[in-house]
Amino acid sequence: MDRAFPMSDSLQRTPLYDLNLELGAKMVPFAGFEMPIQFPAGLMTEHLHTREKAGLFDVSHMGQIRIAAKSGDVKDAAAALETLVPADFVGLAAGRQRYGLLTNEKGGILDDLMVANMGKDLLVVVNAGCKVQDADRIEKALSDRCVVTRQFDRALMALQGPAAEAALAPLCPAVKDMRFMDVIETELAGVPVTVSRSGYTGEDGFEIGCAGADAEKVARAILAQPDVLPIGLGARDSLRLEAGLCLYGNDIDVTTTPVEASLGWAIQKARREGGVREGGYPGADVVLKQTRDGVARKRVGLVADGRAPVRAGAKLFADAEGQKEIGVVTSGAFGPSVKAPVAMGYVTPEYAAVDTPVFAELRGKYVPLHVRAMPFVAPGFKR
Amino acid sequence: MTTYYTKSHEWIRVDGDQATVGITAHASEELGELVFVEAKDEGTEVAAGDAAAVVESVKAASDIYAPVAGTLAGFNDALSDDPTLVGKDPEGEGWIFRMTVANPDDLNGLLTAEQYKSL
Repeated sequence: MDRAFPMSDSLQRTPLYDLNLELGAKMVPFAGFEMPIQFPAGLMTEHLHTREKAGLFDVSHMGQIRIAAKSGDVKDAAAALETLVPADFVGLAAGRQRYGLLTNEKGGILDDLMVANMGKDLLVVVNAGCKVQDADRIEKALSDRCVVTRQFDRALMALQGPAAEAALAPLCPAVKDMRFMDVIETELAGVPVTVSRSGYTGEDGFEIGCAGADAEKVARAILAQPDVLPIGLGARDSLRLEAGLCLYGNDIDVTTTPVEASLGWAIQKARREGGVREGGYPGADVVLKQTRDGVARKRVGLVADGRAPVRAGAKLFADAEGQKEIGVVTSGAFGPSVKAPVAMGYVTPEYAAVDTPVFAELRGKYVPLHVRAMPFVAPGFKR
Repeated sequence: MTTYYTKSHEWIRVDGDQATVGITAHASEELGELVFVEAKDEGTEVAAGDAAAVVESVKAASDIYAPVAGTLAGFNDALSDDPTLVGKDPEGEGWIFRMTVANPDDLNGLLTAEQYKSL
């Protein structure tokens, strides 16, 4: 055994587990996996390094699923997936990736996912905690038309930050020609990989998928490049929060709809009211009605006026006396790049406009915040 | 002046019934860089083990407990401007609050430096 006291026998390990320990990771349980929360550099340094240079994240706990149409035509797989996700996948060109939401009959969000058209099939990346139920749901709904393959033993790593392209190009020259949300199949350090130009930090960067057995070779090759540090899940959370990106289970879940979550942009024109393939997904009636008539709460970005971080679960009020409750914080942390406490949460629509002052309950006091536009930091994407 | 320690990683430096409280170097290392520190108002009466202050890293908030019963007697205002002082000098410039100890005999129930080290 690698450790005298394993964290728990029931926790799974990613293919990069040994390397994470070698790099000095502090490991924590996350979504059933033993994952690095931070490395010796520490959360603050890891966050800022990713914004200024490049950081490598082990995200192999996430689920990779392939969907191939039995007809052999990827458009048929795309059309099939559209019955579960309100996004335009039929119109997604080969070599392109798109964000989507898996909805239930009430329009609630079962998971958020990234879907790539790989030319011959679809590559779907889903959250670790949802991957089995997602795959079950997709398989059940699509098995008459598609072959659904779980690739849960594959590794996934993200290289994020303004120096990501310079770090990756010597190992894989093709990445220089990619733009935001492009996906290719190529070789990296002699290993067959999938590479997408996307991520979860608001920075330019890539996500690299490969066989589990090859993961350490790929990770070591990337870490050997200048300006690359290993980054833990702690900094991943503060980076995504500053980028205004939702964390499934915190900011979105089965009780929130795409409209309430301010994710209407993820439903392309073809699937909206009057679109060529309007509706046709679970909960479409709810989502279409909410789009038309409005909702009782909206997800918004919040920045505190003071220095005290406001955390998930804090109640939001319209007034400094805590008389009128208007919502709740779903994610909150100090934003190392924003240099102020940032948060997101749900408020009633009359308080959702940018620059509206609100107050959060914090240790018996009511601290002032303002609704602010997200992302809280300027995106670094290469369009 | 004598310094005592708690199992929850506070230190308390005592001169008569006047004491200064902070977190140990070990606790500071575990928490990482701090972004916010706040203590309860001066004059607040606390029992041993009551939350008297809070320190926050990017990720999480942690309570700092009163090692013994007493009355809070002031906050280290320098931490309002620079909470990273705690990480730079946890058992010196990075002290968090002062308190008046209600019953100095209570200190005998705390850990000595050697006992704390051997935890």
